[in-house]
Amino acid sequence: MSWVWSNLDLIWDRTLDHVVLSVPPIVLALLLSVPLGALANRYRVSRGVILSAAGLLYAIPSLPLLIVIPAVVGTSARSPVTLIIALTLYGIALMVRVVADGLASVDPDVRQSASAVGSSAWQSFWHVELPLSGPVLLAGLRVVAVSTVSLATIGAVIGVKSLGSLFTDGLQRGIQAEVLSGIVMTVLLAVILDALIVAAGHALMPWSRTPLPVRSRNGAPGGAEA
Amino acid sequence: MNLFLQALNWVLDPAHYSGPNGIPVRLVEHVAFTGLTLVMAAVIAIPVGFVIGHTGRGRGAAVALSGALRAIPTLGLLTLVALVVGVGLEAPYVALTILAIPPILAGSYSGFEAIDRRTIDAARAIGMSEGQIVRKVELPLGLPLLLGGLRSAVLQVVATATLAAYVADFGLGRFLFSGLKTNDYAQMLGGSILVILLALVLDGIFAAAQRFVVPRGVSAGRFEDTRARSTRLAR
Amino acid sequence: MIEFRSVTKRFPDGTLAVEDFNLVMPSRKTTVLVGSSGSGKTTLLRMINRMVDPTGGVVEIDGTDVASVEPVKLRRSIGYVMQNSGLLPHRKVVDNVATVPLLSRVPRKKARADALALLDVVGLDRALANRYPSQLSGGQQQRVGVARGLAVNPNILLMDEPFGAVDPIVRAELQRELIRLQRDLDKTVVFVTHDIEEAFLLADQVVILKHGGRIAQVGAPAEILAHPADDFVASFVGADRGRRALHVENHGGGDILVDSEGRLAGVLAAASASEAKAGPVSGPGASAQGQDPR
Repeated sequence: MSWVWSNLDLIWDRTLDHVVLSVPPIVLALLLSVPLGALANRYRVSRGVILSAAGLLYAIPSLPLLIVIPAVVGTSARSPVTLIIALTLYGIALMVRVVADGLASVDPDVRQSASAVGSSAWQSFWHVELPLSGPVLLAGLRVVAVSTVSLATIGAVIGVKSLGSLFTDGLQRGIQAEVLSGIVMTVLLAVILDALIVAAGHALMPWSRTPLPVRSRNGAPGGAEA
Repeated sequence: MNLFLQALNWVLDPAHYSGPNGIPVRLVEHVAFTGLTLVMAAVIAIPVGFVIGHTGRGRGAAVALSGALRAIPTLGLLTLVALVVGVGLEAPYVALTILAIPPILAGSYSGFEAIDRRTIDAARAIGMSEGQIVRKVELPLGLPLLLGGLRSAVLQVVATATLAAYVADFGLGRFLFSGLKTNDYAQMLGGSILVILLALVLDGIFAAAQRFVVPRGVSAGRFEDTRARSTRLAR
Repeated sequence: MIEFRSVTKRFPDGTLAVEDFNLVMPSRKTTVLVGSSGSGKTTLLRMINRMVDPTGGVVEIDGTDVASVEPVKLRRSIGYVMQNSGLLPHRKVVDNVATVPLLSRVPRKKARADALALLDVVGLDRALANRYPSQLSGGQQQRVGVARGLAVNPNILLMDEPFGAVDPIVRAELQRELIRLQRDLDKTVVFVTHDIEEAFLLADQVVILKHGGRIAQVGAPAEILAHPADDFVASFVGADRGRRALHVENHGGGDILVDSEGRLAGVLAAASASEAKAGPVSGPGASAQGQDPR
């Protein structure tokens, strides 16, 4: 415990690093998954291609991905950008399917009534389909957020500073308290981000106070489907 | 692309195919370790999942457990166990088993739970014994989701076993870490490609098995890619 | 013969489903238990094959207490048909029908041949034998369910609202089919329904149940209609209203029958209507009551 008290500054700095590394991928994954998921939901072919690609991406282990990305994109091997790209890719792999399923779960009657009152496809998407699949999206985003925060620690292995640095450093110096505080802070950060997302969901979607998916098959309600 | 050529050269270099640090040995270590972990996790998780799926009891606890494990960073768990147990194979074995349990548990309880109670009731009413109900009704109908859980667990374990080379001298992950240490990018990338291939091959095998065991009478699509609902704890 | 003697069933949660129930179901006749939900009718049915064990009293089949027979063995000797067919979704139609014979170690070839023959009996095309249940219509699935119930050639056939989930046209068809089957096979049928029309159509003996498995009246359909035991029964069978309460009106010298809502029901055809349903337990031609043209 004494290690923690004398190293509060270090823990705080690594936590800030961790926020900087994990928030952008969550936001990017959401922004990129919506058009991709919409595309997947539109045509049979695009659905096959996009969801298969997401499935493959999802199967790639994280550390090898971190090492491959620089060779493909040309980023520096030990740069935070590499980690952010990797985390964004994983987020998309998870989120695209959620978006596609969420959009598919919108009641066809509702969609038809939207076009019956004269909405264009574009308007119907933004004003009807996307909001109605909101609760499913929210649930998916919560899963993405929690696993992104957890996954970001792996960057420490390639030298990107984060809460994960407390693991590598703690192991080398044999300080259990350091590793433990890294774990606790990672979990805490995940819980806080999760709560923020839930709160944002409530603010944006006052009509659905219980953020549950429309149909259970649509996957991951935050932590509930596991 | 030059980097990939170098990596490919490294992978194909005959010098890397012999000795305790050769690719074949490391590959076997990785696969064997993955298999052992899965067996252990399955032995624990499937019976528990069966009971949860049957009785509905403990479902909340299982869901909370997988949720919590999703938030716990793998690398942190590995290093903590290594510090407590000591560097060696035991630490990653324990850690990986723990991490592999939630997806298998989720797959097995959702598999058993998804079976229509009326089908089981009817099987009993026409005179199947409890053992026959499990063997002839519940296992075949629950198997696709159970395999889905195993499939997520495999990905989980292959990925984490790579990381585990950080605290133990085994598996394909060694190439990544020794390459990182010596700035040998060809070795790192070559090792990474091997791990990725292994993961994709194993995932493909399980995907095929899953497709194969879906009972033909059960409408397709019901068991479509169950991985999406399983945890991705860490890789 | 199936006999219930002061049978009581209290479920672990305290609900009293059936209390002090006494009844004899004669062999080779169709007994229909009819009542609304909560009347304990399904519980009573399931006590016959020990899917439910009574907490008091005795259920006997031909003088043998069912409690003395091992449940799995008992169930294999009794046909069972349930509402949603209860077919195994991962097995083909023919294998579903052959399930119990195969469990009882009948050689596969014979079991399958018998199963195909049973498809004929229930009026299903043999071409459907290699389909899966999900590829059949609801009515076809119910027929497969009946074929499975008959597969061990049981003396007793238990049917738990077997036609409850199909549409009215298919239901009428299945009911006619069951009457034909019963005429050919002569089983002891115990049938549960909440539909009094169905009960009157199929039953030799109708048992009208009140809440908690209390018997409101037992008798042949005609008896119950002619002499409802009390207001509950009268109102349950609808003898006091609607299409059952007919009266004669004279129109220009001819008599016609009109129901209580003023709808024309038909004419009085001199002799035939009264002959079919006279005895206390009459034949399966219960539809001969004829007051209800569908």
